[in-house]
Formats: sequence, C-alpha cells, structure tokens
Amino acid sequence: MSEAADRPDADTAEPADAIEAPSAAGSALRAAALLGVFTVVFTALMALTQDATREPIRASVEARRLELIAQVLPRADYDNALLEDTVTLPVLPALGLTEPVTVHRARLGGAPVALVFEAQAPDGYSGAIRLLMALRADGTLAGVRVVAHRETPGLGDYIDPAKDRANPKWIAQFAGRDSSDGTRWTVRKDGGDFTYMTGATISARAVTRAAGRAAAALAPMSDVLFALPAGSSAEAAFR
Amino acid sequence: MNADDRALYGDITRKGLWENNTALVQLLGLCPLLAVSTSFVNAVSLSLATVLVMALSGGTVAALRTLIPHEIRIPVFILIIAALVTCLDLAFNAWLHDLYLVLGIFIPLIVTNCIVLARVEAFAAKNSPLAAAWDGAAMGIGLLWVLALLGSVRELVGAGTLFGGIDMVIPGAHALQVFGEHYRGLLIAILPPGAFIFLGLLVAARNAWVTRAQARATHPPAAAVSA
Repeated sequence: MSEAADRPDADTAEPADAIEAPSAAGSALRAAALLGVFTVVFTALMALTQDATREPIRASVEARRLELIAQVLPRADYDNALLEDTVTLPVLPALGLTEPVTVHRARLGGAPVALVFEAQAPDGYSGAIRLLMALRADGTLAGVRVVAHRETPGLGDYIDPAKDRANPKWIAQFAGRDSSDGTRWTVRKDGGDFTYMTGATISARAVTRAAGRAAAALAPMSDVLFALPAGSSAEAAFR
Repeated sequence: MNADDRALYGDITRKGLWENNTALVQLLGLCPLLAVSTSFVNAVSLSLATVLVMALSGGTVAALRTLIPHEIRIPVFILIIAALVTCLDLAFNAWLHDLYLVLGIFIPLIVTNCIVLARVEAFAAKNSPLAAAWDGAAMGIGLLWVLALLGSVRELVGAGTLFGGIDMVIPGAHALQVFGEHYRGLLIAILPPGAFIFLGLLVAARNAWVTRAQARATHPPAAAVSA
C-alpha cells in the first residue's frame, strides 16, 4: 500500500527522539514511563465505562431472561420478583444437568403458581438439548421451550418453535400436560402421548422424555420448594 | 472552512469511499468482515461499529500524536484502539442489548481488524485530530457500503431474504421474502467461500469501471463514437 500519495499532510510531527536525541537508556526509560502512563489512563477510561454500564447491562440481561420465561409462563400469571425468588437444587439425574439448577418460584398474591427451571435431554440426535420448563403448583406443565440444541436444520429442529413451520407449534402440546395422571411421556411411535414428525423421531423423543422425567421429579417436591426461604439451597429436601 | 480545508476533506472523503476503498482496493482487515457479511443487517451493524471505532481512534491518536514516542507507537496505538473497542462493547451491551447478542462475538474482533491500525499508523499519526477522525469515518463508510452490498447479495442468494434480523434493530420491522416462501437458498453464498466469490466479483466490477473511465479519459469520446 502506497501511503506517500495518500497524505494531505496537515502538519508533520517529527518523532520525538529525533529532536531530543538523548542517551539510549534515558530514551528507553522515558518510553517505558510514557507507556505506563498511557496504560493507566486508558485502563481508567475502561474502568469508568464499565462502572457506568454495569446497571444497564444487568437490567438488559434480566429483561432478556424474563422475556424467555414469558414464553413458558405468561407474565400475567405471577406478580413477584421472579429473578430474586429462587432456590438452588442439587445435581439431580432427572434434570439431566451436571450443574446445580436454579429454580425460580412464581407467585400471585403470595400463593404458589409455578416453578420455572432448566432441564436437559442428554440424548438428542446431535448432543444435548437444553430446555426451559414451567411446572404449575398443581403438577401440570405451563410450558416447555428449547433454549439450546444442535438438531439437524430443517429436520429435527422443529422442536425449537422459532424453526417450526407447523401450526400449532409442536412444542405447544406440552402446555397443560399433567405429570401425575398417567401421561405417557414419549412419542406415539413408542406408545406415548406425544406427536412427532416422521423422519425426526429422536429429537422429539429426547425432549418429551426429558420433560416427563423433570416434571415427575419436581412435581411432588413443589410444596417443599415453595416453602424454602428465597436464595437457599434445596439440597436437604432431596436427600 | 477555507478552500484548502475543503480540498483536504474532499480528498479524504473521495479516497475513503472510492479511490482507496478499504474493501475493494486496499483489501485490508477482511477476515472479521467477510465473516459477518452474511446478511445486510449484520454487515451494516458491524460496519457502523467499525466506523465509530475508526473515527474515535483516529481522532484520539492524532490528538496524542506529539506525546507518543516513535519507538513505542504501535503498542500505544493498539492500547488506544483496544480501550475504545472495550468501551464500545460495554456500551452496546448496555444500550443495544438485542443487537449485542448478535454482534457480541464480533465487536472484540474490531481490535484485530488491521485496517484500524493501518489508518492510525498511516494517517492519524501525522495529521490533525479532525482530519484523522474524518479519515477514519470516510474509510469506515467506504467499508460500510461495500459490506452492505456484499451482505445484501449474499443474503439474497443464500436465503432469499433481505433485511433478515432487522427486528433486532428496529422492533416490529420485518424481513423481505424476495423469492417467496419456497426458495431453498444457495447455501454456498452464506458460507465463507461465498464471501470471497462475491467480493472477487465486486473487485472485478470496480476494476472494469476504472479501466473504462481511464480509457475514456485518454481517448476523446468523439473518436469512440466514430469507431
């Protein structure tokens, strides 16, 4: 790249060392000190920006999270601060996750409404499928959403309502299902109660079974979980 | 603004947008940019962020240019660019959160975009802050229009849509389904080879244009008509 032609020179600053020509050691020290000063100044700038943006970033992340939860549990159904009213579950095989799960507790006028939590199906067609679920206090599911998956585009990805061209969406059949009335939590092909799309049974089977396992594990614990103080661990309840 | 200034800023603008265009002539800093030119909205969003970083870093470096010792100028330039990108990254996260979720992984890449460092080193280090900020903006806008074009073409051929994802920037707006619901899309246009193919075509088109303009300048139009 020829820059000689591309320089409408407003003023040409000579390099500082050409003017002063100090000793090599002095020049190196001066350069090091200046580099230090620049580092401090620009680090301070970054720190100030981080400080100024911390609150808006936290608010954005929360709003995003509530938006996601609204897909499984309508906002009108609860009136408490969902993101603060939580308990932590120990690692449960039924939820399929290897880390402790945070459960949000939705209440309306103080009365228990639903538990909102994440679960995972380990046996999708290409890896784990992560779910967000809302389980009402009466043991029925309010809704299920797939939040992360790697199923085949155009084939198994109908489990994600954003990719599902069917109407009603495949995932909608989870709403209102009861965890204790003998619902068979698998696809019809295996003798279950859930539809699936031919050619992509594995994705549907994985989600259906995982949702059933998670609902069956948490529904009997609902009263206990709602009674715990906010922010506490539910480890003792599952021992 | 006197005539000299007007000539200077006009020159900077013309070079940035066309004569010395980053994407079509200098071919600098293409890796992160080809990666995001899969759709119009992605391309324009990241280009706008790049314009902002280039204008800010140009202005900042030019303002500090007499304080920066020659032998440590590169680390200082990178420090300045990285700090500005970090601030921009945080600002996007705070105030344009939906867009941040899409561009979040690309914004830090602006630091590695060598066009930013190249303009700082070649122009900002030798010129006044205003001229340097203008140069950064003009170079960035030159990049923006090429990427917007590239993004539109790739999205159109690859997915059959235009302005896909616009609802992340303007809530409620919808993408255009140009070829109807049943267009399957030509996947290669969205994949990395598509970026190189379409950029190559754009560079070729520009070169053809320039060659023709030069030919017309050397031969009088009357001769061309009679021949």
